[in-house]
Amino acid sequence: MKGALDLLSAWAVPLLLAGIPLYALTRKVNVYAAFLTGARSGFETGVRIVPPLVAVLVALGMLRSSGALGAAARALAPLLDPLGIPASVLPLVVIRPLSGGAALGVVGDVLRTEGPDSYAGRLVSVMCGSTETTFYVLAVYFGAAGITRYRHALPAALLADLAGMTAAVVVVRLLFGG
Amino acid sequence: MSLVWTFLVAAAVITAAFTGSVAALTGAIAESAGKAVTVALGLVGVMTLWLGLMRVAEEAGLVTQVARLVRPVMRRLFPEIPPDHPALGSMVLNLSANLLGLGNAATPFGVRAMQELETLNPRKGVATDAQALFAVMNTASLQLVPATVIALRAGAGSRAPAEILGATLVASAFGLVVAVTVARLLARLRLGEAP
Repeated sequence: MKGALDLLSAWAVPLLLAGIPLYALTRKVNVYAAFLTGARSGFETGVRIVPPLVAVLVALGMLRSSGALGAAARALAPLLDPLGIPASVLPLVVIRPLSGGAALGVVGDVLRTEGPDSYAGRLVSVMCGSTETTFYVLAVYFGAAGITRYRHALPAALLADLAGMTAAVVVVRLLFGG
Repeated sequence: MSLVWTFLVAAAVITAAFTGSVAALTGAIAESAGKAVTVALGLVGVMTLWLGLMRVAEEAGLVTQVARLVRPVMRRLFPEIPPDHPALGSMVLNLSANLLGLGNAATPFGVRAMQELETLNPRKGVATDAQALFAVMNTASLQLVPATVIALRAGAGSRAPAEILGATLVASAFGLVVAVTVARLLARLRLGEAP
């Protein structure tokens, strides 16, 4: 199963890149012209994402360097402790939605100090793999469409992150003990 | 977002005043701004490539065919989108690319879907229910193989780097279910209507 999935992941992109134009040729599409039209809109979109991304990443960078992120993690610790989350894993819960790079840093730390096959090591792995950098995703997607009012998207996404992490604790306990 | 953004920035400045890290803060501001542009420029390349390829697939009729396959599911999740709207095709491509772990392809498709959804938006700049739900689904990170984490575990000398695969899938599926439920619930409550 895992081998098949790996194979699929490795081959998906090259096969799509060759397969789509080949199929389009049989449907008499002007492949190159179509590609350039789409590519131009992609390029313009890429540029349009810059301002919202600067806004969000600056705010998050400020939170991290001011120590507010660490303080928030400490403040939440008593709330998260009963959930069965070890102290070394706690920062990940707060950091994961905010910064992908910092989250990977925490994961790498725990894997190094406690070992990848420990309870904490498995827990950070599952938590990190089952959640996304919520703020980044919202900034890119909404930014590209020119949306400045997210309405309920942010609270819903953060609740989903928390749910995914809680599920991670339960599943890791059930499957691996700890 | 005005409130959230201003709150985050102000919270950072106030904390820095207490922890005495104002100098570091100033450095971080410039550094983050520069990093944001690097990240965005990294996206420009894949965005250009994938949206070019998607246009080819579109003209060949492939996107509509793919969208038709999962139409029953999408109709239930996004009843307000007209059944043959181009947004549905982009959304399906985005969700399948996410599932396969092709983050590079998923982002351009998702961005495109958002822009197409915006054409249906009567209040430009304010997220619709469909846009919010779609964005939230993307933050749930449902993927078959969490490749980055597996690589990190292998690098740290794990005996079985991929053993977390099943657990990760279950946890993110649960996250996705909560994401969809909460988004639909909050949409019905009409929360966040005030500016």
